[in-house]
Amino acid sequence: MSEAGVRAAELADAAVAGDRRALARLLTAVENRTATAEVALRRLYPVTGRAHLVGITGAPGAGKSTLVAALIAEARLAGRAVAVVAVDPSSPITGGALLGDRVRMQAYASDDEVFIRSMASRGHAGGLAATSTAAATVLDAAGFDLVLLETVGTGQSEVEVAAAADTTVVLEAPDMGDEVQAIKAGLLEVADIVVVNKGDRPGAQRTAAQLRAMLSANGNPRPTAGAPGEAADHPRPKRPDVLVTTASTGEGVPALLAALDRHRAAGRDGLADGARLARAEAQVWEIVAERLRGRLHGPDAGEATASTLRAVADHRLDPYAAADLLLASLAGGRPRA
Amino acid sequence: MSERPIKVLIAKPGLDGHDRGAKVLARGLRDEGFEVVYTGLRQTPEMIATAALQEDVDVVGLSILSGAHMTLLPKVTRLLRERGLDDVLVTAGGIIPDDDIPALREAGVAAVFGPGTTIAEVAAYFRSHVRPPEA
Repeated sequence: MSEAGVRAAELADAAVAGDRRALARLLTAVENRTATAEVALRRLYPVTGRAHLVGITGAPGAGKSTLVAALIAEARLAGRAVAVVAVDPSSPITGGALLGDRVRMQAYASDDEVFIRSMASRGHAGGLAATSTAAATVLDAAGFDLVLLETVGTGQSEVEVAAAADTTVVLEAPDMGDEVQAIKAGLLEVADIVVVNKGDRPGAQRTAAQLRAMLSANGNPRPTAGAPGEAADHPRPKRPDVLVTTASTGEGVPALLAALDRHRAAGRDGLADGARLARAEAQVWEIVAERLRGRLHGPDAGEATASTLRAVADHRLDPYAAADLLLASLAGGRPRA
Repeated sequence: MSERPIKVLIAKPGLDGHDRGAKVLARGLRDEGFEVVYTGLRQTPEMIATAALQEDVDVVGLSILSGAHMTLLPKVTRLLRERGLDDVLVTAGGIIPDDDIPALREAGVAAVFGPGTTIAEVAAYFRSHVRPPEA
């Protein structure tokens, strides 16, 4: 192994052994997609898959960070080690970001069993950063039992977190829309658990009742463990539990943690197999895309790629033909001298 | 890959409740292309050191207007050193008398930015003084 490879392996081993500084540095390497990160992730992958990865998503201001803080408190009462990956958007103009999720998660500064990491989305659409899943993998390997993935404030269709997480929690605020909003396709469909937060506000119980009525009115029976093959011909919508919390006081949070645990246990019996496959595909696809991009812009193909892109920009070539050209140039694989 | 953005922690140690300056700076650095972790008011040195460690920041920027800088800032730099974060650039801003600056520098505060400093000046200082990125 190269010297850099040895250093990467040492960093990975230190992170797993409980060195929080090493863990933080490894997460930086993962975010920056360095060679160190690849070596470390390959080394760590076999010991991952033990943590419960929970995605927390919802509109800006719904209370995601406050709910995450409340979940940390509840999980710590049970003695569980908790890690958080909190994503905020990067500026599409300057690349800068303001990562403000820690503001509500300050109470555990001297608790070694709580680890919070903010990530900028760095141009990735979908609610997470491109490297959020890999970051969660590292935290899993470091022994955190519960890993919370908090997305950017989402709209209706940022559903990527559902592929990254074992359990997806969609947060709603009271009175955010009428019943038609609840039956639109998108974010609510990927929820394993829907939480109406700010339960102390008027309208919270009514919103929860409407969501319960609309999300369970699709006539599909709840899929049962032990019959995983049944849904194979046609994907069935989920029928999420709908809970009410007041994250700022902790009201309803124990019930949420219990619901998360139930969903995790059900997943172990086979229900979440599809989710695991989807995650594997998303991870591998991300790497394939990254490597393709690397090769297309590499020393062999870079010039040809640039002129193909220029041709599309000038409307001399359509994008489909360009894609076929680029793929063919890779398949042809002009061997390197 | 594109160049890695510099990651900055902006924190307010101590008890004063004036966070306008810290927020304006956080926002301004965002516009300068930095990734800014903002942790808000009333941070203990312990909270700041933990955030700096977990976030693996390149810079810790401390805003303080309470007059407690001679107590709090050396505490932050000591905690950072104890946790192995001696390569993190620590700077301060707010209301800090010139007479106190030599002692703060001695304690590990690399620069003190007084009132009137522009965001561009702060950004330029960060860019030229952070540790080089790792491969």
